[in-house]
Amino acid sequence: MKSRTFTHKLLATVLLAGVSVTASAQMMINGAGATFPYPIYSKWFDEYAKVDPSVRFNYQSIGSGGGQKQILAQTVDFGASDGPMSDDNLAKAPGKILHIPTVAGADVVAYNLPGNPALKLDADAIAGIFLGQIKKWNDAKIAALNPGVSLPDQEIVVVHRSDGSGTTYIWTDYLSKISSEWKSKVGTNTSVNWPTGIGGKGNEGVAGQIKQTPGALGYVELIYAVQNKMPYAEVKNASGKFVKPSLESITAALGTADIPDDFRFSITNAPGADAYPICGATWLLVYEQQKDAAKGKKLVEFLRWAAKDGEKMATDLQYAPLPDSLQQRVLKRIDEIKM
Amino acid sequence: MAVAASIAGEERSVQARMASPSRFGDKAFEWLTLAMALAVVVLIILIGWQLWIGSSVAIKKFGFHFLVTSTWDPVAEQFGALPFIYGTLVSSLIALLIAVPLGIATAAYLTELAPLWIRQPLTSLIEMLAAIPSVILGLWGIFVMIPWLRDYPFPWLKRLFGWTPFFSGPIYGPCMLAGGIIIAVMILPIITSVSREILRSVPDLQREAAYGLGATRWEATRIAVLSYAKKGLFGAVILGLGRALGETMAVTMVIGNTPQIAASLFKPGYTLASVLANEFTEATTDMYLQALFEIGLVLFGITILVNLLAQLLLRTIATTSATRAVQ
Repeated sequence: MKSRTFTHKLLATVLLAGVSVTASAQMMINGAGATFPYPIYSKWFDEYAKVDPSVRFNYQSIGSGGGQKQILAQTVDFGASDGPMSDDNLAKAPGKILHIPTVAGADVVAYNLPGNPALKLDADAIAGIFLGQIKKWNDAKIAALNPGVSLPDQEIVVVHRSDGSGTTYIWTDYLSKISSEWKSKVGTNTSVNWPTGIGGKGNEGVAGQIKQTPGALGYVELIYAVQNKMPYAEVKNASGKFVKPSLESITAALGTADIPDDFRFSITNAPGADAYPICGATWLLVYEQQKDAAKGKKLVEFLRWAAKDGEKMATDLQYAPLPDSLQQRVLKRIDEIKM
Repeated sequence: MAVAASIAGEERSVQARMASPSRFGDKAFEWLTLAMALAVVVLIILIGWQLWIGSSVAIKKFGFHFLVTSTWDPVAEQFGALPFIYGTLVSSLIALLIAVPLGIATAAYLTELAPLWIRQPLTSLIEMLAAIPSVILGLWGIFVMIPWLRDYPFPWLKRLFGWTPFFSGPIYGPCMLAGGIIIAVMILPIITSVSREILRSVPDLQREAAYGLGATRWEATRIAVLSYAKKGLFGAVILGLGRALGETMAVTMVIGNTPQIAASLFKPGYTLASVLANEFTEATTDMYLQALFEIGLVLFGITILVNLLAQLLLRTIATTSATRAVQ
């Protein structure tokens, strides 16, 4: 008898504790995906906690592939990816998935040459180097673009990413657009069958290998080249102008690129005169029809805040914000999310 | 007779004292340990099973070709694992060639020759090497080891052995040899500390007998200690090899990550574990993921195979030394 009352008391305490916990618990919104925008997303989640303390975000930067898989499996409330989802993958989804572009970045061509001269490169030269056809620094094609620069008779050591990455997706997307040979032989993907070169793991691995290897050339995200004080090339864009990669020239590319209604766009080789040709956006992936109305409402509020106020934090963290025209379209799309 | 009877009686009374409650404890202990031991076996089987399930479509599609072809093209979805298998085996072999003599010699010095005051600090230092996170070792590899190797030892190796295919061709820095060397650094602590424990467990009688027969220090160490501990040392090497096969992060950062089979150790290579670490997170298509699962299965299989071979080799060593002892 005595033990029974004790059990009852225990049960009651446990239940009460459970109730009080759920009452004070914040709503948890889970996301997973791309690593490239992770710094700005975590900044957003931090700042947003001040705007709406009742909601908490948990974001796992496991890679774009993981982000796409998890949103398809509905194990997260939103996904994130550095490349748009393929038709095949979208067809597998139990509902319509919306692509919400957030910020953009650029791949720069970084190199290591004696004296580190400023270099200019065009599509032919870059494709030639990465296809393994241009082997030496003093090749006629590179020399013609850089009159007055003394180029050594040295082998070009091509460095590329070895891990699957959005950076590689942007890079191979650009090469596929400007070189039909690249398109047919190699193609566009987060990792590909490289015709030449050595692979470094992560931006830091590629940057490290370029810095350590005389005669090396490779692609890294803009911020890594800036932080590591590596020289990077001006690249000739689609309108024939040499453009230095910068946040402005990325936003310019976003402004002039042709952006379809589903936002599954690519901004490489954009036509604008000031557009840097090798850049790409990153996306959040959400279902148009939200299953949990309360959660969906909070998620939409956050997305709206991110598109308006969050964008202003982008440049501080070396991301290019979306141009106004695109931002308006994104806001309209966010309003289409149904609860 | 009387003594025997009294002993038998005592035995019975001991049995009586160990009545059912303590017997139950024994049984429980037996079952518990059995369950633990079985859990390990079950875990291994489940891992293998999951890898098999995860790669079943790829296995059906590529069949045996997966193991013998060299194209790894995620865009065209053509997958062959041969360069990765080759890279895993070769880099582990290089690592063993460097780490085994170094590790056993260090252990022999620590147990046989070193002055007593230096033994403990040296041992702690070596064990600290094992505590360095592999990604840190990898970064050290990129920024310190590779530039140094490229400027000094590699050109020297090329001058001396450039006529063999193994040390020919241009030197970039990241390569199979660099991968092997970084694995050697990583498995050195485990080989050294296990070897040291084994050498310490060699009874002093062995050494005294050798010295008694007029052996020099070297002879005593070689015949009485190292030879005596052969089996145990072999076990240390196998433990090291197990780690070498699965070593991922540091190798990935220095091996160059190029799926090719080249005789020259100055050429970049790729390992099974590295390709998994590199490509798993961003694999978006089903077949790509399946192929990566199959890479995992192959690595799993190689590890088991190598361990079985090692057991077999160990048994042969044991029997030959036994016969020699009899003779």
